[in-house]
Amino acid sequence: MNGAVSFSLRSALRRLRVALAASFIGLLAGPALAGPLEDALTKLSTDKFDQTEAGIGEVVASGAPQAATIIEAMGDNRLLFKPGSVAIKTKDGKLVDAATMQPITDDFGYKPVRLNNRVRRALEAAVGATTLMSPDPAVRLSAAEAVFKSRDGGALPALDAAIAKEQNAKIKKALTEARAAVLLAKPDATDTEKVAAVETIAERGDQDSLALLNAAARDGSPIVKLAAESSIGAVARHLQVLNAIQNVWYGLSLGSVLLLAAIGLAITFGVMGVINMAHGEMVMLGAYTTFVVQEFIRAKYPALFGWSLPLALPLAFLVTAAVGVLIERGIIRFLYGRPLETLLATWGVSLILQQMVRTIFGPTNREVGAPSYMSGSFEFFGLAITYGRLWIVVFSLVVFLTLLVVMKATSFGLKMRAVTQNRRMASAMGIRTPWVDSMTFALGSGIAGIAGVALSQIDNVSPNLGQSYIIDSFMVVVFGGVGNLWGTFVAALTLGIANKFLEPLAGAVLGKIAVLVFIILFIQKRPRGLFALKGRAVEA
Amino acid sequence: MDVTHSLLYLDGVSVSFDGFRAINNLSLDLGRGEMRAIIGPNGAGKTTMMDIITGKTRPDSGDVLYDGGTDLTKLDEAAIAELGIGRKFQKPTVFESQTVEDNIILALKGPRSAFASMFGWRNRVPHREINRVLDVIGLAAHRHRQAADLSHGQKQWLEIGMLLAQDPKLLLVDEPVAGMTDAETETTAQLLKAIAEDHAVIVVEHDMAFVRALNCKVTCLHEGSVLAEGSIDAVSNNERVIEVYLGR
Amino acid sequence: MRTPITIRLLSDQRIAWFLAIMAVVIIAVPALNLLVPQGSAFHVPTYIVSLLGKYLAYAMLAVALDLVWGYCGILSLGHGAFFALGGYAMGMYLMRQIGPRGVYAHPVLPDFMVFLNWKELPITWWGFSNFGYAMLMVMLVPGLLAFIFGWFAFRSRVTGVYLSIITQAMTYALMLAFFRNDMGFGGNNGLTDFKDILGFNIQAQGTRVALFVLTGLFLVAAVLVSKFVTSSAYGKVLVAIRDAESRTRFLGYRVERFKLLVFTLSAAMAGIAGALYVPQVGIINPSEFAPGFSIEAVIWVAVGGRGTLVGAALGAVLVNFMKTWLTGAAPEFWLFGLGALFIVVTLFLPKGIIGTISQWRAARAERAASRVVPAE
Repeated sequence: MNGAVSFSLRSALRRLRVALAASFIGLLAGPALAGPLEDALTKLSTDKFDQTEAGIGEVVASGAPQAATIIEAMGDNRLLFKPGSVAIKTKDGKLVDAATMQPITDDFGYKPVRLNNRVRRALEAAVGATTLMSPDPAVRLSAAEAVFKSRDGGALPALDAAIAKEQNAKIKKALTEARAAVLLAKPDATDTEKVAAVETIAERGDQDSLALLNAAARDGSPIVKLAAESSIGAVARHLQVLNAIQNVWYGLSLGSVLLLAAIGLAITFGVMGVINMAHGEMVMLGAYTTFVVQEFIRAKYPALFGWSLPLALPLAFLVTAAVGVLIERGIIRFLYGRPLETLLATWGVSLILQQMVRTIFGPTNREVGAPSYMSGSFEFFGLAITYGRLWIVVFSLVVFLTLLVVMKATSFGLKMRAVTQNRRMASAMGIRTPWVDSMTFALGSGIAGIAGVALSQIDNVSPNLGQSYIIDSFMVVVFGGVGNLWGTFVAALTLGIANKFLEPLAGAVLGKIAVLVFIILFIQKRPRGLFALKGRAVEA
Repeated sequence: MDVTHSLLYLDGVSVSFDGFRAINNLSLDLGRGEMRAIIGPNGAGKTTMMDIITGKTRPDSGDVLYDGGTDLTKLDEAAIAELGIGRKFQKPTVFESQTVEDNIILALKGPRSAFASMFGWRNRVPHREINRVLDVIGLAAHRHRQAADLSHGQKQWLEIGMLLAQDPKLLLVDEPVAGMTDAETETTAQLLKAIAEDHAVIVVEHDMAFVRALNCKVTCLHEGSVLAEGSIDAVSNNERVIEVYLGR
Repeated sequence: MRTPITIRLLSDQRIAWFLAIMAVVIIAVPALNLLVPQGSAFHVPTYIVSLLGKYLAYAMLAVALDLVWGYCGILSLGHGAFFALGGYAMGMYLMRQIGPRGVYAHPVLPDFMVFLNWKELPITWWGFSNFGYAMLMVMLVPGLLAFIFGWFAFRSRVTGVYLSIITQAMTYALMLAFFRNDMGFGGNNGLTDFKDILGFNIQAQGTRVALFVLTGLFLVAAVLVSKFVTSSAYGKVLVAIRDAESRTRFLGYRVERFKLLVFTLSAAMAGIAGALYVPQVGIINPSEFAPGFSIEAVIWVAVGGRGTLVGAALGAVLVNFMKTWLTGAAPEFWLFGLGALFIVVTLFLPKGIIGTISQWRAARAERAASRVVPAE
């Protein structure tokens, strides 16, 4: 940066500060009168840069409700003037008077207020200052955050005024923190001010605070240094905890994806003992069902787009359950008691399903859109949580619990368990075991299908979608202990969290390899998984 | 009890599966060359007892000593088999896809390491060794047939023949006559008595006529422990045995 | 029953047939390539020779797989990993032979290492410029992996589908690992651009024919060794383990040691197959570790007939011939065809081609016998 520019910046800030300071006297004196704004607007219509700059400060100082609109319009080159009048061109191209906000019919002779670099800087600071006072709390909050990041010393008076006026505790805290950040960066602040600032910053306790404190410990006077150093440890610890919580959350999120993918397998493999290598393809079919549903809705009833996922759920369940019944009746039932052959035959099914989808939908990724409630995020104790992930975690829990209820509390679940435990006895008691087999397999497949609906939101919908889940799913079921739904639940979440804790240490791929190796070793230590059945039942 | 005089000595053995006590403080003492019949209702722990002796199941507590003090609870199935304990299962388990002859060859006493079986003696078994066994069990004419093609009774005899070939000091025989015709049962009883002449044998059986035909000491198990022990007459007249097992 | 080994091996008609056919193939293919002029209808082009050589390498992998699956019931879904490791060992030797002839003309480092800005050869590459050492590694690395893996798995009695799934996880983990550049095995692209083998130009007609003949001879050796193993009492124990594992234990056999030995032997055999494969196709990359490849190898064995050795080799050649033909003629149908093959074979042809023929012949012989000698 050359000297001239930095000089102009500094002088601009100085002027702005003067202007702002003056303005707050007016502010504190009470509600804005028409006078100051009018005066300020006069300055804007002089077409002289230094007058314009002063005018900006005065507009802010006026505290008038339209001040923010004026400043914003000016930044967009929508502030027009002719001698004696200043007008705003609204975004839809109409002219309104800047002072009265009344429409102007005669637009003859207006031209834009000209800006140069100095004016622009003044303008930027003014945007911060006006937004700190904005009636909209969200705007005030983000303005406070912006000042915290920029640490612009010129905003200090505006901050002080805003803090005094602010009623919302959360925004007030953000403002106070921004003020502390400004003070820490300000060369001429007193040590007392800086030490107080260090305390405020330390209380905030995020990554930015740590950076600020480190800077203070490096550059500050001995007293400030001491204060900063003593709080760095606490902040770092706090950050570690936060980081761990974040890993747990990401792990839960990954774990819930694993749970969704594996839970259907826990039924077909865990309960029935059928190795279904086409399980991943059931997930894929569920995702493609979502795609088809969305395309249909987009084409016919675009207004219902938000309903595309709830509509896709039952359809995906039905489609994949039907495919499941076909596979069970057509192939698997001839292979009961021959698990290795079942494995091979269902692998063949998976190849055919993949190729079928490839032929129909093409080999490339298809776009499945996210309804509004699936996008965006919110802050939770310093943790950014996206709605998409949150819903998937919730959804997987709902699916899991529903399944538990089906297994434990319905007559179908009872029959299913009866057939699993003693096929001949169940048959002798009048249970139609082939029907139960079909329905159990349909249930497992259908759950894979609705897992596909959820996974279409976070993964690429391509013919290879299922392949990437099949090994992980088997690992989860085997790790958890075959025939045990709770085992699958615990295993999925454990593996998800373990994966996320290993990732920062070893990288994503090595982390995954480490988890795989761990499971391979674990199975050899406990061949029947975490929650193994014991005794005679195992041999049967 | 004098450990050195017994071949098999169980004392205070207990094991439970998921809270269910399959064997509860069981004690048993089998002399050298003795034949013993074990009876008892379903779930009395007869098969579990065999599992413990042969190393398939580890007891939670108690001693299982063999032939002068070898602790069987520390060994696995193969090691126990090598000590000279042979087992016949409830369901006939012969190697179905192999011939009668191969089944006997596999069972014959001799080195059992991988290396020895690839290059060693077991590849050059003299015919008379196999004949000796096949003659006893009466399957000489079927030596080249697949075991899967044998009748149920023939499979039982083949399995007994495999035990003979193994030449163990102690034979554990689980329900040898289940599903057999009366004639087959009679033959089997003769066979077992002949074997008992130079081997110790434990027979688990439900068929009281068969047990009577064996004419040996009887132990009745109930809920994992010994209910009664003695001659067949003493045991079958025992009030408790009649109540829980034989019925009135 | 003192049976000389030669009789033990040849008493099986299938082995005799196999040896005869292999003798014809090993002599005829090179002759038709080298002696018949190019214009002739009987000329076999060199690329076909290498293609056939590739089939024979696959056949050897299938024989190795049959040894563990057909005879011992261990359905390994990770044999591709042993094949690939053998291939990588060979590939590393071939890379070292390139010397300064690479694109970057580095005297020692292969191109991909120069590209990654590496300064020296990683320790894993030590000794691979020596052919003998590399060939030792071809057997030792897969064998050792199989030994360690099997030692854990068999000792803790992991069997059946559990074993299958963890072998699949094993090859999947290896695939992920070999995709990484910092493993030092060429990452995504693997090892390629080979120049020569033992001083012979790897592209030359003579070298390629020699590699074909060598692959054929190794396949014959693999079948004979496997036949020797399976027809010994050791083989009887393997079948016993396959059919009734716990009964075998109660007979006093240490099942885990029997399994470990055959698994290790089979892995080393797969490694040799991989080493023969690489110079004929000119590349080895992590896709050979893909679970799909290993399970495809299983279907070769199933098609030919498991537990027949010769059938495994036949199945590998047949399926791969079909694959070459179909991916050329109608690529989209190949996966449909392969998928259908998995289903049809398991449902309708569980004994495979050779097994079904044997069964059919045995049934006919029995009928003939019962006609001659009236039933008792």
